[in-house]
Amino acid sequence: MIRSLSIPERQVALALSVALALLGLAMAAAARHGAMAVHGAMAMALGLALLFALGGALYDPDAPADRARRYYDEPTRFGIVMTLCWALIGMGVGVWVAALLYWPEATPPWPATSFGRLRPVHTTSVIFGFGGNALIATSFHVLQRTSRARLADAISPWMVLIGFNLFCAWAVTGYLMGSTQSKEYAEAEWYADIWLVVIWVTYFVLYLRTLARRAEPHIYVANWYYMAFILVVAMLHIVNNIALPVSLAGAKSFTIWAGVQDAMVQWWYGHNAVAFFLTAGFLGMLYYFLPVRSGRPIWSYRLSIVSFWGIVFFYIWVGSHHLHYTALPYWVQTLGMTFSVMLLVPSWASAGNAIATLNGAWHKVRDDATLRFMFVAAVFYGLSTFEGSFLAIRPVNSLSHYTDWTVGHVHSGTLGWVAMIIFGAIYTLVPQLWGRETMAWPRAVEWHFWLAVTGTLIYVVSMWNAGITQGLMWRTYDANGALSYSFLQSVQAMAPYYLLRTIGGALFLTGAVICALNCRATMRAASEGATATDRPLAPQPAE
Amino acid sequence: MLRLHYNLEKLSMGLVVGIIVAASIGGAVEIAPLFTIDETVAIPDDLRPQTPLELAGREIFIREGCYACHSQMVRHLADEIDRYGPYSLAAESAYDHPMLWGSKRTGPDLARLGGKYSDAWHVAHLINPRAVAPTSIMPAYPWLTARLDTDILSAELATLALLGVPYSEDMVANAGRDALAQSRPDSDGAANVTERYGETVAIRAFDGDTSRLTEMDALVAYLQSLGTLTRAAYETLGQEAAR
Ligand code: HEC
Ligand code: HEM
Ligand code: HEM
Repeated sequence: MIRSLSIPERQVALALSVALALLGLAMAAAARHGAMAVHGAMAMALGLALLFALGGALYDPDAPADRARRYYDEPTRFGIVMTLCWALIGMGVGVWVAALLYWPEATPPWPATSFGRLRPVHTTSVIFGFGGNALIATSFHVLQRTSRARLADAISPWMVLIGFNLFCAWAVTGYLMGSTQSKEYAEAEWYADIWLVVIWVTYFVLYLRTLARRAEPHIYVANWYYMAFILVVAMLHIVNNIALPVSLAGAKSFTIWAGVQDAMVQWWYGHNAVAFFLTAGFLGMLYYFLPVRSGRPIWSYRLSIVSFWGIVFFYIWVGSHHLHYTALPYWVQTLGMTFSVMLLVPSWASAGNAIATLNGAWHKVRDDATLRFMFVAAVFYGLSTFEGSFLAIRPVNSLSHYTDWTVGHVHSGTLGWVAMIIFGAIYTLVPQLWGRETMAWPRAVEWHFWLAVTGTLIYVVSMWNAGITQGLMWRTYDANGALSYSFLQSVQAMAPYYLLRTIGGALFLTGAVICALNCRATMRAASEGATATDRPLAPQPAE
Repeated sequence: MLRLHYNLEKLSMGLVVGIIVAASIGGAVEIAPLFTIDETVAIPDDLRPQTPLELAGREIFIREGCYACHSQMVRHLADEIDRYGPYSLAAESAYDHPMLWGSKRTGPDLARLGGKYSDAWHVAHLINPRAVAPTSIMPAYPWLTARLDTDILSAELATLALLGVPYSEDMVANAGRDALAQSRPDSDGAANVTERYGETVAIRAFDGDTSRLTEMDALVAYLQSLGTLTRAAYETLGQEAAR
């Protein structure tokens, strides 16, 4: 990875590593103890490690002279490896917390491994670690291929990837130490949030600068989605995380939002994290990898325009469907509900467009497990958006809210859609970027596919049952007009579903482990030449 | 239209501006009006801010992730009112930075918890939930018997005061002392706590031991304060029932 940098670039990178180590030192020295001190030490260790690595290779042979005419794939390779690592961490913790709900006595008597601290470790590892690395890695690939241009410079991709992973590591270790803002999907404390803003701006500038070098007049549709993902996530992240630290020398801060305003800002953020992180970015992935893998152009260009702007415009309105019947003003709930139902149109337009693209390539879907991952992803995208619009209807939400039905919906979206499209992209990219014809064990892809589908179905169906049972038990009255069930009875009724969910999750995790091993075998078998030189710029076939 | 878009696709900045505009409208329409809430939702006269000890408990609640399983928002639905108590009003969380309404009820709602159980019940339940509710799936929290760190409380109250929570200079300056005094009814400081935070504040050794100020004291004080910071929700429901 260092050999791909020119010597002056290595010097700049060296300076940045020193800056990172100093920042870490300053944080650790100011805080002295607690989460911020540990995080300072982590940053310092990372800075020093990079420093030594760079220092040792500073005067190795210079980067190849003709590299400007080649793609820069080293960052994508690194991002894919990180994606796989976070997949194992996040899903491993997911299965563990699922098991804890069935078997709470298994909680070890240490604060760090308690359910309440591990749950955000799960959500952050899978959404940001697994999903985020996959988005960044594929966005670099797609951006270069569809623009027929090399990334605008060689340092900022590394800043983005390494900085983003430091953010994830800070966040996750913070929760274990009890440092959290408690805002769902935005639990990381203020300094990590500021750090992420810096990383994100670097990412956006890199994106625009690379687009500016494109050899194609048009910006391909996948890039619109990636751009919407980067821009809107920045907007949401900044507004939701504005906080006042209690002291600059400590992790603790208070959000400036309070009560009902905080609730609205939080779910404006929360739902659009779903929309622009877990949906828009991944639609970008879908719009590139599905056509490439199936060898068919996107079915309708017109539909892709309509659905893009529909999604960008409608999604922002729907956050209030997380707050039905609460103290949020009624008119805001009504707006959220209305737009959620309308959102089904652009959502299904996207899903339909993807599925129609496969027309004429169904034999490939049958034979190629990688393409099947993408097809199943599009189907689950359609299913979970339908379910979402349904759950957003106020009377339905009165039953589903607070129950495991929401969790079922979440995982039909995240396992069925997000994870499946990522696996599809990974199986497409890994052989290509490591210079091989196919994955090392093609049969294992097939195994992974069936494990993933079975696991998802078991998970989602058991949570539907759990949620509806819970919702009904909470609201059932007996003949005398008293509530029929105590809360504890509803907890007991969940046991079989929680067990099933754990089994489904374990199957899904097994698939992910197989994927990681398969990727490792493929990477190991790569010839030296395949990763040492970048591929020449070439017309890209997706359009 | 298609023609227009065809040209837009050639301009990266055009797309950027388009995305920002399209993605700003919804938020602006729904969020901006909420900031006039101070005029639309009156803060009840009897609403008090949390005492330093309760605030410390709230932070433990956040630290341990209790909010991942417990909501604090009774919705405006008959069965919820019957199960938990009066539905929650916006004004009740007006001083909550952040709000803890929650999104998942693996355990019951806690918005109306204050006074429902004795302190001893809470202590036993937190140390091992299965000791009092044999089929509970709530985790045990045996480490809450650790000493409570009160050093940061003054700075925390000062920060919240900056954000608009009505903590007086007096309250900020004495936060650490008040936290200790609230758990020691016989101490000299106890009267000061009542004077500063009102008669409704509970002053006792929440973990049953006056010799040590523990995290358990703080957490139980917080749990016992839930739903008791104002009577507004009860009054509103009462008025609706009368009508
Ligand atoms: C894994 C989810 C989970 C977590 C995390 C959790 N609880 Fe619970 N809690 C439950 C369940 C389930 C019940 C119902 C059974 C029982 O009473 O133990 C419950 C019950 C309670 C009750 C009794 C409420 C009533 O009205 O009967 C209180 C109080 C409580 N929890 C406080 C806490 C606190 C404080 C924390 C954090 C330190 C916490 N819980 C963390 C699941 C959880
Ligand atoms: C191995 C597979 C997985 C298992 C076993 C699993 C398990 C769990 C469990 C037990 C919870 C807590 C539910 C509760 O509090 O009742 C949860 C929550 C969550 N998980 Fe997973 N998970 C898995 C994979 C994923 C993936 C891949 C993603 C995202 C890409 C994801 C995203 C989430 C989110 C967003 C929540 C929070 C839901 C909410 O607040 O309603 N999970 N998961
Ligand atoms: C048209 C599209 C969608 C709509 C209208 C929608 C609607 C909803 C609704 C109504 C809820 C329940 C809120 C509550 O009662 O608390 C919800 C929760 C959630 N949805 Fe969706 N959904 C959509 C698509 C998706 C997709 C594709 C994903 C994932 C990739 C997803 C992820 C989530 C998550 C993570 C939550 C849980 C939030 C929480 O409580 O922590 N949604 N959604």
